[in-house]
Amino acid sequence: MNKNKEQLLNKRYRAERRFRLYGQSAIFMALLFLTIFIFKIFSTGYSAFQKTWLIVPVNFDAEMMMIDQNPSKEDLQDADYYDIALKSMADLDQNANDDQKNQLKRMVSYFFEKEIKNEILNNPSLIGKTKEVYLTASDDLDQVFKGNYPRDLPEDQRRVSDYQLKIFDQLVAKGKVESKFNISFFTYADSREAELAGIASSFMGSIFSILVCLMIAFPVAVLAAIYLEEFAPKNRFTDFIEVNINNLAAVPSIVFGLLGLGVLLAIFHLPRSTPLVGGITLSLMTLPTIIIAARASLKAVPPSIREAALAMGASRMQTTMHHTVPLSMPGTLSGTIIGLAQALGETAPLILIGMVAFVNTIPGSPMDPAASLPVQIYIWAESAERGFVEKVSACIMVLLGFLIIMNLFAQIIRHKFEKKWS
Amino acid sequence: MNLILFTFIVLLGFTSYYFGRRKAYTIQSSKKRLTALPQFYGYYLAIWCAIPAFIIFSLWAIFEPTIVKLLVLSDYSNQGYLDDELNLIYEKTKSLSRGQFTGEITPFIEASAEKYLSLRSIAQSSKAVIVLSIIIASVAYAYKRISSNSRTREPVEKFLNAVLFTASLAAILTTVGIVFSLIFQTIDFFKVIPLFDFVFGTHWYPAKAFVRDSSEALDPTMYSDTFGAVPIFAGTFFIAFIAMCVAIPIGLMSGIYLAEYASTKVRQYAKPLIEILAGIPTVVYGFFAALTVGPFLKELGTSMGLEVSAESALAAGGVMGIMIIPFISSLSDDVITSVPQSLRDGSYAMGATKSETIKRVIFPAALPGIVGSILLGVSRAIGETMIVVMASGLAANLTFNPLESTSTITAQIVVILIGDQAFGDPKTQAAFALGMSLFLVTLCLNIVALRVVKKYREKYE
Repeated sequence: MNKNKEQLLNKRYRAERRFRLYGQSAIFMALLFLTIFIFKIFSTGYSAFQKTWLIVPVNFDAEMMMIDQNPSKEDLQDADYYDIALKSMADLDQNANDDQKNQLKRMVSYFFEKEIKNEILNNPSLIGKTKEVYLTASDDLDQVFKGNYPRDLPEDQRRVSDYQLKIFDQLVAKGKVESKFNISFFTYADSREAELAGIASSFMGSIFSILVCLMIAFPVAVLAAIYLEEFAPKNRFTDFIEVNINNLAAVPSIVFGLLGLGVLLAIFHLPRSTPLVGGITLSLMTLPTIIIAARASLKAVPPSIREAALAMGASRMQTTMHHTVPLSMPGTLSGTIIGLAQALGETAPLILIGMVAFVNTIPGSPMDPAASLPVQIYIWAESAERGFVEKVSACIMVLLGFLIIMNLFAQIIRHKFEKKWS
Repeated sequence: MNLILFTFIVLLGFTSYYFGRRKAYTIQSSKKRLTALPQFYGYYLAIWCAIPAFIIFSLWAIFEPTIVKLLVLSDYSNQGYLDDELNLIYEKTKSLSRGQFTGEITPFIEASAEKYLSLRSIAQSSKAVIVLSIIIASVAYAYKRISSNSRTREPVEKFLNAVLFTASLAAILTTVGIVFSLIFQTIDFFKVIPLFDFVFGTHWYPAKAFVRDSSEALDPTMYSDTFGAVPIFAGTFFIAFIAMCVAIPIGLMSGIYLAEYASTKVRQYAKPLIEILAGIPTVVYGFFAALTVGPFLKELGTSMGLEVSAESALAAGGVMGIMIIPFISSLSDDVITSVPQSLRDGSYAMGATKSETIKRVIFPAALPGIVGSILLGVSRAIGETMIVVMASGLAANLTFNPLESTSTITAQIVVILIGDQAFGDPKTQAAFALGMSLFLVTLCLNIVALRVVKKYREKYE
């Protein structure tokens, strides 16, 4: 009998340990996913912050550039750089035939002409001389140099030919290939060529949308929260508003995209693909988040504050505006930042209102067509070229960086400025 | 022009605030009592200055284009043009007046462009004059009215209260906007495609519904067997089901562990770390699913002799499950923590172990809240877009094999609406009909879930 009891007890203890283990492994799994995730993004993305350059000697031959020996600034602007650019690439291999010359040209980006032009615009005395110029390597060679490209594939399955690889290896051996920090990733707009694609346009698009979103959502949400928390009578209508807010907070984001498309674009005829429309759509999405946060922090202000103000003869409006609202601001602001961080990561509604269009200029105002960072991630992820994979990961790193900064900021505001009542 | 006028109104508002306050001070200095603080006199005047002006300003902005259009097109009224043609003429006129017209310029259009420009300039100047005179009149009226015994605080506060109330209507307006944007397109859609075919049809090939020439008559038979939404609905619920298979065990168990077992230190670090998963944008999950999980599963399947699609439902659903873990874990954590300690103490006093207490006492007590959190998770899974767009297939297959690809409501909406849309085309309308069904399904789930959670909270408060 006693033995039986002990067995039973042991069984129960084992069950207890098992259950505990389930819990631990669940947490472990969740954290493991997070780690794999972050590791994967960083390991594919970090190389995008480096860019490969070929150092090619260029002979600035005035005759080939169709200018005279002492050209003016305008002459240099209008000069023909294509021929000298082509020639300097072809000169990498003296015995190249026409097809090979063509292949040599494709070892650098199509931007090479411009890079040579900038070189001479910065230093006009180069005319007639030869100088080594840094040219952006083509996206495929960039990947080869970073070791992301399987060189052992059969030639017909590769986008880099054996000939190009041979010349490239010669250049590497001579130290004429260099890897430098990829500034253009941050300063260039989107491009069809992976080596020239940057996040500047989508970054500005994101900033403009978030600003529009902030300017609309913040005042409306704070005012609404003040009304609901401080002034609203307890009746059916107020309940209805509350139910509405709670439901809106859980409506799928794509439905807001349909709203933007069906109302803002189709009825109000606002300009398509612009951060203005994107920002308005996002503001409708963030509205409930901010309202809920603002109400919670208004609720946290103790009634004694209100009573004291009322006792001193302040009106209800004065009590609210001079005492309750300022005291609730830290909580409201941190809720706002968290709402904006959500809006910053939102993709689907922006795709529906057309912010997915290919934009190769940097937008200067919310009325210019633009993409946004998450949409840029989507656009690049859908591209077939290998060079875009690391670009996507790098873009994700930038986006995550911003989200982390915003969330930290929200935490700091909350901890530093929020009064603890108790 | 509008911007200048706008700034001007704002500046005048500030000036009238200053004058109002100054008048209050003069009243005060003449030893009379004020009925409100001096700044209320200022606010009062500023409101009287800005609000009538803004009302006129916005009414003008709404009606000016319509009136100008009517006046310009009145020249063409007796020439038997159709509405569409008149619209085209008006567009041409406008682009010519902006100097962006590229087509052939006829004298007619040129004349109306001139008329358009002159009407616009008349409208602009008369708008400025009217707005300014309104400001002067209303400020003068209000300035005269304020005296020592006039009330200024009450009207100002009433006005502020009205502003607050209007702001709180924003949520209702958004809901109305959503329903409004969905419902008309949906009704138009069901005029062409019978509701029965949509709900019970098993073939979904929206690509078949090519963009129709608007002059052609609509032939409903053309679309038979095109917009049967069963595969889409099935795919949506299937992927959501896979997601919940990942999210419920992991989320629930971590919620329980965090609430009942974890030390304060573990809790302090593990909880925010898990919540990071909720803060990662879904497009990032989509990229991860499409680029890492999908190919990995495919390789794994091949090595086991299974045929796995690179865009399998398993990859999309699994990654979506990871995304939903934190929603379930933190909600159920909250719910379990709010179960009264007395229930635990009672169970321990009877000799139950911790896990027995959790399974037999706490879990049943917390069940409504947990169900609520799971329902919210399901609603999120159904409405999730980017993961499915990027990682699952775009063709709608009716399948329940997790290794094959299938499509969802959200993915189809994106596929149909990406790029240029032609409103009035059944294909575009189909996207709105899908959106409507998505909205309704998630709405029901949310209402039920929120109600369950709320009832539960009340029980232990």
